[in-house]
Amino acid sequence: MTNVTMTINGRSVSGTVEGRTLLSSFIREQAGLTGTHVGCDTAQCGACTLHVNGESVKSCNMFALEADGAEVTTIEGMANDDGSLSTIQQAFQDHHGLQCGFCTPGMVMTAAALLKENPTPTEEEVRGYLSGNLCRCTGYHNIVKAIMAASGQDVSRIAAE
Amino acid sequence: MYAFELTRPTSLADAIKALGEEDAQPLSGGQTLIPTLKQRLAMPSTLVSLSGIEELKGIKNEGGTLSIGAATTHAAVARDGSYPALSDLAGHIGDPHVRNRGTIGGSIANNDPSACYPAAALGSGATIVTNNREIGADDFFTGLFETALDEGEIVTAVKFPIPEKAAYVKFEQPASRFALVGVFVAKTADGVRVAVTGASEGGVFRWSEAEKALDGNFSPDAVDGLTLPADDMIGDLHGSPEYRAHLVGVITKRAVAKAG
Repeated sequence: MTNVTMTINGRSVSGTVEGRTLLSSFIREQAGLTGTHVGCDTAQCGACTLHVNGESVKSCNMFALEADGAEVTTIEGMANDDGSLSTIQQAFQDHHGLQCGFCTPGMVMTAAALLKENPTPTEEEVRGYLSGNLCRCTGYHNIVKAIMAASGQDVSRIAAE
Repeated sequence: MYAFELTRPTSLADAIKALGEEDAQPLSGGQTLIPTLKQRLAMPSTLVSLSGIEELKGIKNEGGTLSIGAATTHAAVARDGSYPALSDLAGHIGDPHVRNRGTIGGSIANNDPSACYPAAALGSGATIVTNNREIGADDFFTGLFETALDEGEIVTAVKFPIPEKAAYVKFEQPASRFALVGVFVAKTADGVRVAVTGASEGGVFRWSEAEKALDGNFSPDAVDGLTLPADDMIGDLHGSPEYRAHLVGVITKRAVAKAG
């Protein structure tokens, strides 16, 4: 067992882990932040996506010890300081970008990474960036719409099938 | 996963020392190794993480040769842009999250028969730098998941001579984004190189007939009429050996057209 310390959503969190402890397990079981969902546990679905030092990663495909000393942001760190929904979260609500909600934390974290890199993406760029995040409910249309809206673009003609 | 120790050295020398332990194995981005460990297909005693070693990261352009540290992520190579065909390839590996963790050294050392980077290294005539020596790409990739690396030897950098023209095109397996067939074409001062991934049971290979044809005429038409035998091609539920052999010709033409 080895000690590990990381900053999660601005708060320093320490714990003792095995070499094989996944970052997703540490976040959920030791930091108690269960907003990070584990869907497939095979690095395919992206529900466990969070940010490590500002970059999106699948936390079920990274060891907790690899994040020692890192700045981690999870879905719990995405709301505004006053507790209101962030622009991206609000857009998901406004455009019904979720149904069961299981994939939503990963979708929001991915959307935030995309908009940081590319503030006004095209619809094609949004769909491409979501390639590592699976949603089995929505068919993606409203997720794409929500992300485009969060970037401040007109979405009246997006995914209007 | 079986239990193992994980160590995070901060220097290459410490990493090499740690890899000298019995059943120790290097861990780079882990995007292949961690799923492999979850399936209990590997049982290391110690994983030596390379992610904390700054000297293994970064990209340098030195007089037309791009030197990329082994622990440099696909995302960093995609952003670099000084070798456009290579950045294009790196930017289409897996998905954005995989590209933020996966590394060039890990991909090259794993030599998955459907991975993209081995095609870039072989197609560019790159040099693989290890902690002991330099190995030309033609001698490095020795077979399915096999390389010329010795026990305890790791890739530290990959040096790419930037060619006059180059392009990579892959026919994607849409779920994994691995190449069902991928072709890297490069026009260099010493002639044309064509490297094919995803197709052969022996892993990445050079298609010498196409290279000869393209040497005289670097246009898609030059590949017309050339065929590859299906004998040692991969056959699976995504495509038969014959289909892959056919795709190699089609994708080579597209890569030449893309290289312009």
